[in-house]
Amino acid sequence: MKKELICIACPIGCHLEIYPEDDYRVEGNQCKRGITYGKKELIDPTRMITSTVVIEGGIYPRIPVITKGEVPKDKIFEVMKEINKVIVKSPIKRGTVVIENVLGTGVDIVTSRSM
Amino acid sequence: MKNYDVVIIGGGSAGLAAAIEVKKNGVESILLLERDVELGGILLQCIHNGFGLKVFKEELSGPEYAERFVEELAEMGIEYKLNSMVTKLNPDKTVEYANADEGFMKVQGKAVILTMGCYERNAGAISIPGNRPAGVLTAGTAQKYLNIDGYLVGKKVFILGSGDIGLIMARRMTLEGAEVLGVAEILPFSGGLQRNIVQCLEDYDIPLYLSHTVTDIIGEERIEKIVLSEVDGFTPIPGTEKEFEVDALLLSIGLIPENGISEAAGIELHARTKGPIVNESYQTNIEGIFACGNVLHVHDLVDFVTAESRRAGIAAAKYVQGEYNTDVQRFKTVAGNGISYIVPQEVAVENVEGTLELFMRTTNVFKNVRFSIKADGKEIKSLKKKHLAPAEMEIVKLKLDDIKDIKGELSIEVEEL
Repeated sequence: MKKELICIACPIGCHLEIYPEDDYRVEGNQCKRGITYGKKELIDPTRMITSTVVIEGGIYPRIPVITKGEVPKDKIFEVMKEINKVIVKSPIKRGTVVIENVLGTGVDIVTSRSM
Repeated sequence: MKNYDVVIIGGGSAGLAAAIEVKKNGVESILLLERDVELGGILLQCIHNGFGLKVFKEELSGPEYAERFVEELAEMGIEYKLNSMVTKLNPDKTVEYANADEGFMKVQGKAVILTMGCYERNAGAISIPGNRPAGVLTAGTAQKYLNIDGYLVGKKVFILGSGDIGLIMARRMTLEGAEVLGVAEILPFSGGLQRNIVQCLEDYDIPLYLSHTVTDIIGEERIEKIVLSEVDGFTPIPGTEKEFEVDALLLSIGLIPENGISEAAGIELHARTKGPIVNESYQTNIEGIFACGNVLHVHDLVDFVTAESRRAGIAAAKYVQGEYNTDVQRFKTVAGNGISYIVPQEVAVENVEGTLELFMRTTNVFKNVRFSIKADGKEIKSLKKKHLAPAEMEIVKLKLDDIKDIKGELSIEVEEL
C-alpha cells in the first residue's frame, strides 16, 4: 500500500509517495533529504524543537534555543518541560549547550543566538 | 550633509545581504539605517527552524541565520545606525532619519536600496465584525510577545487565516501549554506552506477549517467567544455558525510591503505585489533607487530574499561605479492566465548576467498543469508543474539565449496539460 506524505525536510514541501513493501521506496522527492524523511517518518518520526529559555541580564528576557538534531516526536512535550526549567546568564554565545543529551535522546539543546 | 555612495533603509535579511554585497563589489561608502535596537529584522522573532537550506546548506533558526549576516557585516566594517527611523526619502536620493543621539539628520546617497520589509494586515483590513475587546492580535505581535518578551497572549486560542506565521504560532503556543482550538481560512486552500500544515497543525491535531471565517467576536473588556461560519465564496452561510470559547484570537491574514516612504518619494507601486515596479536590476522607476526583499514582494523563504538582495546589491554597486547600463531597450513581463504577478516587471537583456530569474505566484491551486512561456506571443518554453499554489512562490529561470531577441513582452501562463 502506497503512503502519501508531504515532505517537511525543507519549506519546498514535496508531495512524496512511499511504497513500504518495496523497502520504503520514495517517489516525488526533489532531493535526497526526501528519501530519508519519507522512510523515517513511517518508521521512526522525529522533529527538531525550537523554544526559548529565561536569560538574566540580556537585552531581552528570553533567548531562543534549538535542538541540535531531531528528537522522537512522542517526546516533544517532555523535552519542552526540560527546556522550561533552564535559566542562563548574559553574555552567552550562539551554540552554547544549555541541556546536554536531553532525556537521554543523545541530542543537545543549544542557544540559537548570542545575547 | 554627509554623502554616501549607497544608503540602505532597513537592517533585516534584505538590507544585511544587500549591504554586504555592495561592499564585496568594491563600494566602500555605505550607510545602513535600522529603526530597531539591533540588526536582524523579523528573523529575530522567528525562532523556528527551516532557514538557510539554500544559502548555507544547513537548517538554521531565524536568529542564527540573522546573526551570521550581522557578524559578516561587522567584520567588513560596514557603517550602520540603530534606533534610526527614516522619516523621508526624496527623489534626489537624500534620506531623512531621526534618532535620539543625532536628532533629525539628512544624508545624500548616490544610490539608495529600499529594504523595509513588510507589515501584517490587521483587524481593520478585513472589517472583522463584533466588539473590539482585548485579546485580538496579529500573529506576528503574539510571536514577538512570546519569543522575545516571554508572554503567552492566551490559553485558549483561535487563529484566523492560514498564513505561515499563524501556523507557526499554532505550534509554538501549543508547545508552551496553550490550547489552539483551530485555524480558519476563508479560501478553499491554505495560505501557508504545506510543510507548515503538516508539522504545525497535523502533528498536534489542530483542525484547519477551510472555507470558514470568523463572523462575530464576543466580549466586553476581553475576548470571550468567537463565532465561526462556513462561507460560500466570501459570504457566510446562515445556519453553519459554531461558537468557540477563547481568550485570544490571532490574525494571520497576509503581509503588505511597507512602502509609505517609497510612495511619498514618487516610486511607482505594482497593484498586486504592493511593492515597487522594478527592472532586472531591481531598480525602481527612480534611477538609482533599488528595492529588494519583502518590501518588493512578500517571499516564502528568507533564502530567496538573500539571493534577490545580493543581486540588488550588485546592481547598486555597478550603478555608483558608472558601470550600469541605462541606454537599453526593455521588454515587459506579463502575468497571463493563472499567474497573479511576475517580478521583475521589466527586463533589459544587456543587464542580465547568465540567467534571468523570474519570481511569480499563481492565482489558484493547480494540479498537473504547465507553464507556457511566450516571447512576443510565440511559445519558447513549456514547464510541467505537478503542484502549484498561491502560497508557494514559483521561480522560472531563463537563459540569455531564450530572451535575447524579445522585443515587446515575455508572458507566462498556466495551461492544462
